[in-house]
Amino acid sequence: MSQSGALMGFVHRQRRGAELFLLLIALAVGIGAYAAVGLGVEGTIPADLIGYGGWLAALIVAAHVSVRLLAPYADPVLLPLVAALNGLGLAVIHRLDLAAASERGFARQQLIWMTLGVALFIATIFFLRDHRTLQRLTYTSGLLAILLLLLPFAPIIGNDVNGAQIWIRVGPLSFQPGEVAKLLLVVAFSGYLVQHRDALALAGRRVLFIDLPRGRDLGPILGMFFVSLFVLVAQNDFGSSLLFFGLFLVMIYVATERPGWLVIGGAMFASAALTLYFFGAKLGVGHVVNRFNIWLDPMAYYDKSPGSFQLVEGLFGMAWGGLIGRGFGEGMPERVPFANSDFIIASVGEELGLTAVMAVILCYGLIVERALRIALISRDGFGKLLAVGLGSIIALQVFVVIGGVTGLIPLTGLTTPFLSYGGSSLVANWVIIALLIRISDHARRPVPRMSAEDADLDSEMTQVVKL
Amino acid sequence: MNKPIRTISLFCLLLFVALMINSTYLMYFRAGDLASDPQNRRVITAAFSRERGAIVVEKEAVARSVPSDDKYKFQRTYPQPFKYAPITGYFSYFSQTGIERSENDVLSGDDSRLFVTRLVDMLSNTDAKGGNVKLSINAAAQTAAFDGLRALGEDVQGAVVALEPNTGKVLAMVSNPTFDPNALAAHDFGAVGDETARLEKDPATPLINRAIGTTLPPGSTFKLVTAAAAIESGNYDKESMVPGGTRFQLPQSTNTVGNHDGGNCGGSKITLTQALAVSCNVTFLTLANELGNDAMADQAEAFGFNATALEDLPGQAKSLYPRDMDEPQTAMSGIGQSSVTASPLQMAMVVAGIANDGKVMRPYLVDEVRAPNASLLDKTSPSTYSEAISSSTADQLTEMMVSTVEAGTAGVAAIPNVRVAGKTGTAQSTASRPPYAWFVSFAPADDPQVAVAVLVESSSTDRNEIAGGRLGGPIAKAVMEAVIAP
Repeated sequence: MSQSGALMGFVHRQRRGAELFLLLIALAVGIGAYAAVGLGVEGTIPADLIGYGGWLAALIVAAHVSVRLLAPYADPVLLPLVAALNGLGLAVIHRLDLAAASERGFARQQLIWMTLGVALFIATIFFLRDHRTLQRLTYTSGLLAILLLLLPFAPIIGNDVNGAQIWIRVGPLSFQPGEVAKLLLVVAFSGYLVQHRDALALAGRRVLFIDLPRGRDLGPILGMFFVSLFVLVAQNDFGSSLLFFGLFLVMIYVATERPGWLVIGGAMFASAALTLYFFGAKLGVGHVVNRFNIWLDPMAYYDKSPGSFQLVEGLFGMAWGGLIGRGFGEGMPERVPFANSDFIIASVGEELGLTAVMAVILCYGLIVERALRIALISRDGFGKLLAVGLGSIIALQVFVVIGGVTGLIPLTGLTTPFLSYGGSSLVANWVIIALLIRISDHARRPVPRMSAEDADLDSEMTQVVKL
Repeated sequence: MNKPIRTISLFCLLLFVALMINSTYLMYFRAGDLASDPQNRRVITAAFSRERGAIVVEKEAVARSVPSDDKYKFQRTYPQPFKYAPITGYFSYFSQTGIERSENDVLSGDDSRLFVTRLVDMLSNTDAKGGNVKLSINAAAQTAAFDGLRALGEDVQGAVVALEPNTGKVLAMVSNPTFDPNALAAHDFGAVGDETARLEKDPATPLINRAIGTTLPPGSTFKLVTAAAAIESGNYDKESMVPGGTRFQLPQSTNTVGNHDGGNCGGSKITLTQALAVSCNVTFLTLANELGNDAMADQAEAFGFNATALEDLPGQAKSLYPRDMDEPQTAMSGIGQSSVTASPLQMAMVVAGIANDGKVMRPYLVDEVRAPNASLLDKTSPSTYSEAISSSTADQLTEMMVSTVEAGTAGVAAIPNVRVAGKTGTAQSTASRPPYAWFVSFAPADDPQVAVAVLVESSSTDRNEIAGGRLGGPIAKAVMEAVIAP
């Protein structure tokens, strides 16, 4: 916050026109991809292209108009990035629907989930006029997050899918409460850390250039460590466990400005990982050891069970795609089990090539960059922490899932934000974007003493903003 | 809090850069490795679904892809399956053999010579087609060889190779028992797997192309090589008087070897021509013993032993003339026994070399490579494999072989009004198996157009009958007639 004074002199513009222009491009990506799927797989432009395109356009325009009215100073790049990814994801899911042996409509369901996501996006920026009100809910959201994580173990609604105890099922609807929990955890961490940062930051002793915190302040990090372990061991969800702990580490580091926390957290993570690797089989988490072995030599486990069939087929698919991809309908992405959720990036790579994979990674990179930029210019500590946390969720999640699918790190089950099929993840991610929009609107809004007349500056030259 | 936020930004940048580098590595640099992984079904399925080029003999396709209405779009078919299977091989979802394998790049369309075609296909958005391979096979000769061999029984084990002496073109290549490549190219993979397993287990090894993949003692046909070495040594010509008689005393041994009919070859001193005509064992044992292992091996290698010459087919076995045989073994090698082994292709190369003034041409099967639109991309030009013997040696051997047909053991191959040169062979393996019957010949003797080697390993005909050229001779004759006749 020490630097925010220096930023006072710079006045952000609304840039809603730029956002609209970028949204049109994003819409072209979504609708174009849908048409290309029809052309590539069935040989004709889909009959429902106008209805589909209209629906997509309506959602995006609704989101844009809401931002224009409710958060006029919000970051103009976030929404177009998300719209493009969501549109591309829908097209790829639709393509995989067409490849399936039996009639299925995951893309249609995903569009419904997207509609719900956009509705929640609008609702969030409508009801949440100032993100700082969330600070009041620090402990409530923390408690809620833990409740949500426990929900899959509740009788009747708890549901075990593919060995992971992370689902609840109510009637025809299934939901992954963990997706919402991560959002609530960010809110809880931000509130807690902004309150206790002084105690966590100042006390402690110095060992080898690094300030280590006091033992009595280790409570929160230990608590979070055990929550992550619980997620790993009880829910069998390695990806989320990694995500929660990594998220907490990043946030405590940002809040306290002390790298010592990273050292402690890293040591805890390393010891946990080593323990799991060597004693995992005895502790009942043999699948983690198995995943690690598969990562080291995926080809050797191709036809074993549990083996690397999914991973290797994904690798084959991506390699088969090459630089520009096979084109929609020309590849065999359906060979990969769960191609439309965890492995959707492999489908993108196979049919649209390295070019599209790079574009997708770049889109995520830009979302994270915007989130961190919002954190930098935000005027309050809570907003900073919230933005860093939300950005880190996306960064870590993208790294863990794409890195896993491309063989960079051991494979863990996580969805690819906005691309993967899955309602809970999509809706939660739209709310994340809504929160970022809200914080950025707050951060970029001119301080009240500035005159309101020069609000409409869309027509002016673009300026390079250096912070 | 801004300083740690900047650090975190750098960290996130690192994460994303790592993802990008790894994706590039995977999808560009490692793509080739993954594409050639045998577990990669995508590559195989794509090859399987493509319109593969045809394998053509004269004007007719012996392997081609026809549209099919299942998910693979094309079905590979072989209109004359049994006759051509040893050459074409098969193209199944799991593996390829024969020309299907050696010319896979052309047939699938991946060959660099098809680059322009591929580019045009890509730009015009049509499905890429494979190029066509035209074989050097003479359809009439191939049919004569196949029918001749099959006339000895459906399950006869044998092979026929015919070469054009002055080019090295393979005019006929037949192997029996054979198989139906259509059954292996089918899209019902369960049935294909069963059929493959059955063929692989069959003790008669129908999947092996005996013309190139089986080497057996060449027996008396190898006397041509011994005679060639003798004349090349400068000490003999076709009229030289050589030892005949009933028995040969093996060096360093108490054993003696007699002639195949127990006779004396017509005297204790006979001409070399006479010795070859009656296939006199004593003469050639003596000659090989006198010439020694090195000279014999040099001559054998000049004809192509201890190497493989045909580049167009996989699965060749090397014909062997060992360089480390002791004296009795060397003597025995003179009549094509002991450790000497030859494939039918090798023996065809020996006679083709004699027919072509001593020059052995490199045998080849792929005559032309054509683009899908039938434009010529490549034509094989004949090349010399080796100058095995001098032209005068070749002339003398030719005369000797002609008299073997006209007045000796190979009379069965005589064709009216055509001077035929030939040599029979019968080689022993074990007592429990019937001997191998060999026959090599070429015609016309003064302007050779075809050289043939026939091997009959075992047949359902009576064991006693296998002597001279009774089994192989008529087949060789039919093949020669088929080439000369039109």
